[in-house]
Amino acid sequence: MIIEAESVSKRFGERLAVDRLSLAVPAGVCFGLLGPNGAGKTTTLRMIYGVTRPSGGTIRVFGIDIGRDPRAVRARLGVTLQQNVLIEALTPIDNLRVFGRYHVLREPELSRRVDELIDFLELRSHATVPVRTLSGGFQRRLAIALSLMNQPELLILDEPTTGLDPAVRLALWSKVRDLRAAGTTVLLTTHYMDEAQRLCDRVAIVANGSVIAEGVPAELITSRLAPAAVELDCTPQEEAALLNSFGAPSKRLRAGGRLMVFLDDAAALVTHAHARGNRCDLVVRPTNLEDVFLAMTGTTLEGGS
Amino acid sequence: MSVSVPHALAVWQRNAAMYRRTWMWNILPNFFEPVLYLLSLGIGVGAYITQMGGMSYAAFLAPGLICVAAMNGASFEVTYNIFVRLTFERAYDAMLTTPIEPDDVLAGEILWALTRACIYGGCFFIVVCLFGLAPLPRALLAIPIIPLAGLLFASVGIAFSLRIPNIDMFSFYFTLFLTPLFLFSDIFFPLKERLSGAWLWVAEVLPLLHPVRMARMAFRGDAPPIVLWDLAYVLGVSALLLVWARRGVRRRLTN
Repeated sequence: MIIEAESVSKRFGERLAVDRLSLAVPAGVCFGLLGPNGAGKTTTLRMIYGVTRPSGGTIRVFGIDIGRDPRAVRARLGVTLQQNVLIEALTPIDNLRVFGRYHVLREPELSRRVDELIDFLELRSHATVPVRTLSGGFQRRLAIALSLMNQPELLILDEPTTGLDPAVRLALWSKVRDLRAAGTTVLLTTHYMDEAQRLCDRVAIVANGSVIAEGVPAELITSRLAPAAVELDCTPQEEAALLNSFGAPSKRLRAGGRLMVFLDDAAALVTHAHARGNRCDLVVRPTNLEDVFLAMTGTTLEGGS
Repeated sequence: MSVSVPHALAVWQRNAAMYRRTWMWNILPNFFEPVLYLLSLGIGVGAYITQMGGMSYAAFLAPGLICVAAMNGASFEVTYNIFVRLTFERAYDAMLTTPIEPDDVLAGEILWALTRACIYGGCFFIVVCLFGLAPLPRALLAIPIIPLAGLLFASVGIAFSLRIPNIDMFSFYFTLFLTPLFLFSDIFFPLKERLSGAWLWVAEVLPLLHPVRMARMAFRGDAPPIVLWDLAYVLGVSALLLVWARRGVRRRLTN
């Protein structure tokens, strides 16, 4: 295991930010911590790289107790913080050089590594202009480049694509996939369900400082709900009329006026609805992690009848 | 946990990398300021003063103003600039994702503040020499006083900066702390001729007094035993404040 967190808690005064959270991240996977803002994801990351001390529990990274030797652990990992910490007055190249020195890289290694990262994150065209003139996407790429300076075995990304437009998100995802393919273990936090689902081999759903579900995204979806979701707008009366004659499937969720029913076979419900002359719009789509999250936290899964 | 020299130097290098971009603009005022002081006070006010402390007024002012330059160089760095790096640029958050530890941050910042003190104080020293106000070569002994004054005010400033909630507090630091020191630390008039008895003892708490007195000794070319007290004050107070600042840095950067 690259990361082993056992029953880790963190208390800030009265508030329990992380509550007996356990986590095991195996080598070579992209692991997602999925949860809403305030769930304790960033605090968990900070404890993993050793700048926040747990109030209880133990964390081992690369088999090393992080509280005992944070320098040794941080020499082998990279962190991209949620908020960019670039030096805006300097160019990307100078930012990389400054960061390389934090890892005590010396010439010619330093210049070689800066060059590699400029190429890997495709920053060449903007490598010599001040960072403050770069777009959000370029700044984010540079922030990730900084965290790769020491060729980390573990890359930690805190909300890597928050605030970025879709094209930039896709480009960053592909970089993360490249890294994982090259053997880097990736731990990321996100509140985007699609990011977790499309990028991560495993996810842990975090709510109120604890992991409430963990596994391979597709398996989480099938075990907690079902692979297909049927969405329709209807009143509770219409819902009862429609579903009671369809064996009253228990895996369903109501959010506002919208009903979602989770099934192994969506087509049967669609046929059933049409046979009853139901004229409201039906949407059939794959179930996603957001549904799982809603089911487990926000809205409760309604049981049958 | 202890300081790792290469990591502390990396912190220093970050600041140096930013300074290098603008050093031409930064360093020019360092030359103008002493010229203006010496012209106004030394040649202007000094024209009405035949002698002070047994010499021309400009010559009397010179060693003290060198210390003030060092004090200012260090103070700006460990107040406004550190606060900007801490809260706006989040430079230390970035550093702490690497093997850099809070102790390295503190050491690197103090070293950088010393560097700035040496640049400020050094420029002032050069100007004083050009004005013919430094009795060479013995005045060269005042050069080590520049980093000492820098160390003292870097330590005082950083201890303050780590414990204030917002950047507005620095105006208190400058107007209610550094300015009175500037005015009452033996720079513009000999304290011991104006104060008597217990007040002279009270004046000994003023931090700037000690580097100024040592610089004056160097210019005069003597070293009375009180130099040991001055040296002990500067090193002792710096050490105490740095121990205190070390806890403050850890509290601000980690939790």
